[in-house]
Amino acid sequence: MLVQPDPTFYPSAREAMRGPRERHAYVALLDAQGEGRPDALATVDLDPSSPGYGSVANVTDMPVAGDELHHFGWNVCSAALCPYAPHPHVERRYLIVPGLRSSRVYVLDTKPDPLRPTLVKTIEPATLAERTGYSRPHTVHCGTDAIYVSALGDTAGDAPGGVFMLDHDTFEPLGRWEVERGPQRLHYDFWWHLGHDTMITSEWGTPNMIEAGPDLDLLVNRKYGHRLHVWDLRKRVHLQEIDLGDQHQMALELRPAHDPTKTYGFVNTVISVEDLSANIFTWYLDDGEWKAEKVITIPAEPADPALLPEPLKGFGAVPPLVTDISLTLDDRILLVSAWGTGELLAYDVSDPFNPRQTGSVRIGGIVGRTAHPGSPGTARNGGPQMVETSRDGRRVYFTNSLYRTWDDVFYPDGVTSWLAKADLAGDGSLSLDAGFLADFAGDGRRAHQVRLQGGDASSDSYCFP
Amino acid sequence: MDLTSWLITAGLGAFHGLNPAMGWLFAVALGLQERSRAAVLRALPPIVLGHAGLVLLTLTLVAAARTATPPKFVSYGVAGLVCCFGLWRLLRRRHPRWVGMRVTRWQLAGWSFLMAGAHGAGLMLLPVTLRGEDTAVLALTGQALASTAAHTLAMLAVTTGLALLVYDRLGVAVLRKAWFNLDLAWGVALVGAGISAVLV
Repeated sequence: MLVQPDPTFYPSAREAMRGPRERHAYVALLDAQGEGRPDALATVDLDPSSPGYGSVANVTDMPVAGDELHHFGWNVCSAALCPYAPHPHVERRYLIVPGLRSSRVYVLDTKPDPLRPTLVKTIEPATLAERTGYSRPHTVHCGTDAIYVSALGDTAGDAPGGVFMLDHDTFEPLGRWEVERGPQRLHYDFWWHLGHDTMITSEWGTPNMIEAGPDLDLLVNRKYGHRLHVWDLRKRVHLQEIDLGDQHQMALELRPAHDPTKTYGFVNTVISVEDLSANIFTWYLDDGEWKAEKVITIPAEPADPALLPEPLKGFGAVPPLVTDISLTLDDRILLVSAWGTGELLAYDVSDPFNPRQTGSVRIGGIVGRTAHPGSPGTARNGGPQMVETSRDGRRVYFTNSLYRTWDDVFYPDGVTSWLAKADLAGDGSLSLDAGFLADFAGDGRRAHQVRLQGGDASSDSYCFP
Repeated sequence: MDLTSWLITAGLGAFHGLNPAMGWLFAVALGLQERSRAAVLRALPPIVLGHAGLVLLTLTLVAAARTATPPKFVSYGVAGLVCCFGLWRLLRRRHPRWVGMRVTRWQLAGWSFLMAGAHGAGLMLLPVTLRGEDTAVLALTGQALASTAAHTLAMLAVTTGLALLVYDRLGVAVLRKAWFNLDLAWGVALVGAGISAVLV
């Protein structure tokens, strides 16, 4: 038990921006060979004064194979300072790491040695199924009263997906979060506006719709998710559905403004079946009603069909496939990963309805295969995918693998994985750090979500503006 | 009630008022959310009244017990109850989960009532009220009311002062360093109060 609050808790996002620089990152590693090798959690050295800066400091293997580690999160965060459920004398020390394919959830302790997290608890898939009725756990957010985790489907891999809770102290699954889900069936991400007791959820597809790879029939028939759902966070009831338009397939990452007094946020849709573009929508509260408006369109890029993988050959264009976004803690810059075209874009979203592009860097890409500036002779595959921004909004870290069966379709020759870093200047421009590329080629596994030690731009939520 | 009892009662009110979990921080958050100092001040009366309600209820229940039960029995009962609660507080961290940031005045008062109850705010006062020799209903009722009033006024003063100090001058960043873990002090205070119920 601590005497003062955990030093990584900040009452507001503004305060968090003044925090110390991150010293290392945790990165989920996925085995794509399927030959019995487990997934792992890597630690990457981010301390510029350390001789190992930019290199992999440790890899902790999971005990069994086949988990498909994807997203993960902290046991507690700045939300512990929220005034209606205050409990600030707890430690940010455990990483909650779900296996998206196995439905197993690991708890790793980072305190004894922050560079070498150790496994302290495993929630088996059967326990999760019994307590929550859900499977395929995905996003983790530390809430004011529990740890919240999303799940893509039920135990048969069908709808509905939803949210379940883990006890803060024991990490035992507490059950389904929803009391009344209304019309909500598909699920992917969730986050909240704590100042307004509102939760937002998004839609990808059920496990049966995604696990074998992207299903072109489902896509063409617009069966993947394209809606947002608005919930009363306290009463746990569905309030409203926002349809982004069924041409905008797969509404994924939710980035609400970090300032709890603001009532807007950003979501990406992966692909439009009309023109292969990717889009960003702003959702907002307008006189008691939640609405959404398309604010950014990233078009497909014409390409030689010979260079395109099978499902794209007929189109003669490479879709940007925007699969992740990240919002700086001052709610000013939105980072956008275009995994298909191999581009990381930055937009000034100070006016959330009129974003202005401020930066772009390229690496990898289905057609471009752009090299990293630190090794100009080496063509890179994969593209900017999971993106995370430092608390001070100056450094952006990103990896290049999406999801095993989807990697195989869009990058059929495989994904050789890395963690790259771009510097984000005050004017919102981006530049790749030529001296930083944590290469996982030697390990052979694929890097997915990045979490920064002490918190990052998607790990914490705040009750104070 | 003698002067010492009054001072202890009011002192405990100030101690409770200091604790961010008893409500001043909630008032500050609501003020910041609405960007309004008036919202801070509006939130304080329900918070203080909810706290007072819990204290009054606790004291009244024990006063009722005293009219019907031998004094020694009440003293030992109170001592046991307060000590056990204090130990439980020391060993187990729990907090009520009920409201969010969008609260009505009634919900705020209810939240404060629950927080005071969950922290044993009323129990901490009990031993002091056992100091008197009275067992008449009227005297005990008066004493419960007077103790609650003294406790509440002290809490109101401290909690209002702190809420405005943080809202106007310090800012919530002060929480990062100055939010000391009162759970330990609180648990020890409860156990101490319980023991004093038997000794005094």
